[in-house]
Amino acid sequence: MDIIAKHGVIERNASLLLVLSLLVVCIGGIVEVAPLFYYQNTIEKVAGMRPYTPLELAGRDIYVREGCYLCHSQMIRPFRDETLRYGHYSLAAESMYDHPFQWGSERTGPDLARVGDKYSSTWQVDHLIDPRAVVPESIMPSYAFLAKADLNYDDIANHLKANQIVGVPYSDEMVKDAATDLAAQANPDADGTGLKARYPKVRIEDFDGDPKRLTEMDALVAYLQMLGTLVDFSTYDEKNNER
Amino acid sequence: MRDYPLPILGPWGQALRYFTWFVVLGAGAFFAVVLSGLSHDDAFRTHMGLVAAALAVAALVVARRPVEAPAADAGGYFDAPIRMGSMLTMFWGVVGMLVGVVIALQLSFPQLDIGPWFNFGRLRPLHTSGVVFAFGGTALITTSFYVVQRTCRTRLISDNLAWFVFWGYQLFLFMAATGYLLGITESREYAEPEWYTDIWLTVVWVAYLVLFLGTLIKRKEPHIYVANWFYLAFIVTIAMLHVVNNLSIPVSPLSAKSYSLFSGVQDALTQWWYGHNAVGFFLTAGFLGMMYYYMPKQAGRPVYSYRLSIIHFWALIFLYIWAGPHHLHYTALPDWAQTLGMVFSIMLWMPSWGGMINGLMTLRGAWDKMRTDPIIRMMVIAVAFYGMSTFEGPVMSIRSVNALSHYTNWTIGHVHSGALGWVGMITFGAIYFMVPRLWNRTQLYSMRMVNWHFWLATVGIVIYAAVMWVAGITQGLMWREYDEQGFLVYSFAEVVAAMHPYYVARAFGGLLYLSGALVMSYNIWMTIAGKVRTEKPILAPVQLQPAE
Repeated sequence: MDIIAKHGVIERNASLLLVLSLLVVCIGGIVEVAPLFYYQNTIEKVAGMRPYTPLELAGRDIYVREGCYLCHSQMIRPFRDETLRYGHYSLAAESMYDHPFQWGSERTGPDLARVGDKYSSTWQVDHLIDPRAVVPESIMPSYAFLAKADLNYDDIANHLKANQIVGVPYSDEMVKDAATDLAAQANPDADGTGLKARYPKVRIEDFDGDPKRLTEMDALVAYLQMLGTLVDFSTYDEKNNER
Repeated sequence: MRDYPLPILGPWGQALRYFTWFVVLGAGAFFAVVLSGLSHDDAFRTHMGLVAAALAVAALVVARRPVEAPAADAGGYFDAPIRMGSMLTMFWGVVGMLVGVVIALQLSFPQLDIGPWFNFGRLRPLHTSGVVFAFGGTALITTSFYVVQRTCRTRLISDNLAWFVFWGYQLFLFMAATGYLLGITESREYAEPEWYTDIWLTVVWVAYLVLFLGTLIKRKEPHIYVANWFYLAFIVTIAMLHVVNNLSIPVSPLSAKSYSLFSGVQDALTQWWYGHNAVGFFLTAGFLGMMYYYMPKQAGRPVYSYRLSIIHFWALIFLYIWAGPHHLHYTALPDWAQTLGMVFSIMLWMPSWGGMINGLMTLRGAWDKMRTDPIIRMMVIAVAFYGMSTFEGPVMSIRSVNALSHYTNWTIGHVHSGALGWVGMITFGAIYFMVPRLWNRTQLYSMRMVNWHFWLATVGIVIYAAVMWVAGITQGLMWREYDEQGFLVYSFAEVVAAMHPYYVARAFGGLLYLSGALVMSYNIWMTIAGKVRTEKPILAPVQLQPAE
């Protein structure tokens, strides 16, 4: 075979081998991955999505830090059993502000894409402190230490700023008032008008049940309680969003 | 080796080299201390403190180290980092597998989670990175140094660059591992290290590419041997994947935290484009390079087919890149991308088996060695597991199969039949091959212990994979079980409870595999010490009878 005989040319030239290998491995990425960034229909058009509040974002950072995604997915597939168990299947739009995505690849524990509002915050706190006290079969580790750790949010504005740079539509006002908004969400007695105006559907509550402190538990539970609650499915047009 | 008892007293050039290393490491430690002091982020401060401590210790070790006599390695090859790498590969293997057994036990007995540092969520990346990047990566760097020098009949282009790549990579591993325990993670599977650790790896990796390519260019053989094609493709593709996938914006230059440049669906596909090709290039192409050198060497037979190696090389590297979306079936990823991923995953079966056939058929005319040589047996079972898991993979990438298997333990079983069976076994075979040659020993300490290792590992994998198949399919079926009224039969918690016996059995399988690695470590240790065990040979020499 002629082509095979000509392969000797590549075998005698290391730089050529390098360049050809790189070209060959680039094709798949260019054809398959790159279009997702400019195809308009990659992300469905839905009403209700907004960026995370500063407290939710801090909670999400804790979710990321503790590696929750290793056991919990956040991606409900369009199957009868999954929609029965967890709710409407997940949309791409619902993770459009997620840097990084946390869809996960294992369900050692249940899916959390729509866990928001399913349980009371007291239940969430009890469960995180001692999972087997509320679910005897659970094999989840205890996260009691979150309730003891004060949330460090000195640089929360920088976190919003970094998200702004990567494309999350935080306004400059949101960045400026980040620390105030964060504290206001965990304190029902604070003035939450600005917070509510900036972040529709925001849930204001003393999430960890300890009004004296603002802890990492407050942040994580605030995040869990909003998961999957933003999109208004009554206005969602399924037919026109097929991809 | 240790002819010069005092530091900095050897021939001037050598001493200067060590002096430079001392200054560079000391400056690195100082820089890390400064970063630590300036930062307001507790995690970053602690992490930089640990890095400073590691670099300071390294600087002291270098300063105290006797200057080596000019290398007297056979053939003028630079083997010092290969010797170090062989030992460190075993070290990381035992550490990574031990953490694996620990987290398997945590899933069986959650009381073993000790928060926050030793919770499952922080130890799991330590296990995956420990075996993939620490054990596998060190093995790849070590063997690529060995193979490229011998197949090109030339020394690595630079000793210092080789040491930089070698120890620079170990520093990356140290930063990644300590970071996980501190909760410094991007939480993107197999790409967990944070932005500054990623930047450091990029520097090391580019140096690795320069070193490898430079040595290829300097070769004294007219042709580049096939093993080197695979190593080269692995190095350059990992560079591309690593850089693109880890693009992120740090919160501040003094913060450990960064936010991925991509979000949601784009982030997911970029991540699995990376993630699946960490399997395809790190755990496949690189280890095929290993197979193409060590298997013919150990068998004493040439590679079966030159043509097949050309075809399956180009087909493998072209097709693998497309397979990522099969990790995202039925998710919010657009259907066209899922379908592309599935089609290419199925096509990938062919070049994968091309590699398997080329490996196995290399033994033609030497199959009798399967009985007498446990190292060959180890390599053969590695290639067999490679064939098995590269068949299972395409099956699982079919959407209707994936609907059942995704999110279950079946995936975990699949990964481990590839990782323990293929990656682990071919690495063990390569190290058994190299160690006596690197330390000028006539033979290994014990062949019977190699045989023990073989059986412990093989039985361990079979238990592990079989248990996870049953567990995964059980899990998938229980989740979708309905009663006559159309309600779900099982709560999620009941499915968790049903997994308990499988989790315990899986930990046992892993324990067997780990004990095999411990037997090997002892065997390697004694070989390096120059001991030979008195034992019966594996098989008594066959007494040939004259034909009647």
